[in-house]
Amino acid sequence: MIHFVVHDENDSVGVVVVEGVKAGDEMSGWIMDQDKEITFKASGDIPIGHKLAIRPLAEGDTVIKYGVDIGRVVADVGTGEHAHVHNIKTKRW
Amino acid sequence: MSLDLNNATFWGYRRENGRMGVRNHVIILPIDDISNAAAEAVANNIKGSMALPHPYGRLQFGADLDLHFRTLIGTGANPNVAAVVVIGIEDGWTQKIVDGIAKTGKPVIGFGIELHGDHDTIMRASKAAKEYVHWATELQREEAPIKELWVSTKCGESDTTSGCGSNPTVGNAFDKLYEQGNTLLFGETSEITGGEHLVADRCRDDEVRKQFMFMFDRYQEMIEQHKTSDLSDSQPTKGNIAGGLTTIEEKALGNIQKIGKKCVVDGVLDKAEEPTGPGLWFMDSSSAAAEMVTLCGAAGYAVHLFPTGQGNIIGNPIVPVIKICANPRTVRTMSEHVDVDVSGLLSREMSPDDAGDALLEMTLRTANGRNTAAEALGHNEFVLTRLYESA
Repeated sequence: MIHFVVHDENDSVGVVVVEGVKAGDEMSGWIMDQDKEITFKASGDIPIGHKLAIRPLAEGDTVIKYGVDIGRVVADVGTGEHAHVHNIKTKRW
Repeated sequence: MSLDLNNATFWGYRRENGRMGVRNHVIILPIDDISNAAAEAVANNIKGSMALPHPYGRLQFGADLDLHFRTLIGTGANPNVAAVVVIGIEDGWTQKIVDGIAKTGKPVIGFGIELHGDHDTIMRASKAAKEYVHWATELQREEAPIKELWVSTKCGESDTTSGCGSNPTVGNAFDKLYEQGNTLLFGETSEITGGEHLVADRCRDDEVRKQFMFMFDRYQEMIEQHKTSDLSDSQPTKGNIAGGLTTIEEKALGNIQKIGKKCVVDGVLDKAEEPTGPGLWFMDSSSAAAEMVTLCGAAGYAVHLFPTGQGNIIGNPIVPVIKICANPRTVRTMSEHVDVDVSGLLSREMSPDDAGDALLEMTLRTANGRNTAAEALGHNEFVLTRLYESA
């Protein structure tokens, strides 16, 4: 079963695609572009559609998704942690 | 078995100017806000006709007025429309819209309310609308190759599943339609922010690239001029954020999955401007769903592909809007709004090719007459884009 998908293996984040992911859950991820699987333990509850970090991200880092810059890290995010508006911001506007 | 597009056809209405429509509406088109009441009265009198009320059309000027006229004329000229009754407060602008629509060769007549009043206008316009309905309902569908279907796209209430599921499904379908020589369209200028370099790379040549970047930069300047924050409540929207999208860049990269991997951006259009040939066109436009789909209809597009994540429920009065969704929760909780369920993509039960084919199949069925979810639910959002204040 796939719990989250990642567009590209160099991305910083993946997307949870099932409902009800809880802290401590073992999650299987599918890296779509390279057709690989990875597994992680969820560090917190993550709603469907929301992102988790698949590598540690430090404040000031650039977040990569689709192999492209999607913003900057404003608070450190650990692997498997929920990555969203509380720790990532746009570089535009 | 995969869909054989080389021999695919659909059944539509061949209009006087040669274009193929997939619906056969008789519309009552008010030019201005104060003519809505008469237009709606006519549509109420004459079954099989439909009024398109809207809140604008007085004291507009310059480019904003040009866009108003272009949108109304384009809507009347759309091949999904069989005939048009135009109603305006006075004769001058009414005739301008009638003349614009008449260039297609379709039946169109206008009524100005001044010197007559609502009662007399409604009576005369109802008589005309009744004759149009009699005439239109005898028109027969005929078969045409798939390339004659003009298809536009715009996504809405996107979430992260849009970028990995429903939008790439449209992209897969667009790549296949592009090969067939279809006339395709995408837009949403602000929602390309963060992926503009990727769209620029896909432009046919430097001239198209220059036009695209002009439209993109112009929109950015408009946002810079008016913004009071980083737009984090508007772009991404609250719904986008609830769905897991964090930044405009992330939203944009998901958005541009809709143009697939192979299509080339062949040209750039202003809002509501009709393309001059087949290929993929970029139209400068708002990213608000109803505005954008209204502009697509005015540019002459016959079917609209609308991927959603959190569940945008939009429809359009003249253009069938096909909803595609990959979010299993939305498919479960809002199933009445979803035409094509591609949630299997995210559980690896469906390949991108299968998803693209499922969408194309639904597109052909819709073109042949199947009502979309939005049509069945009565979603008739007709929303005009304004550029600035009235004079």
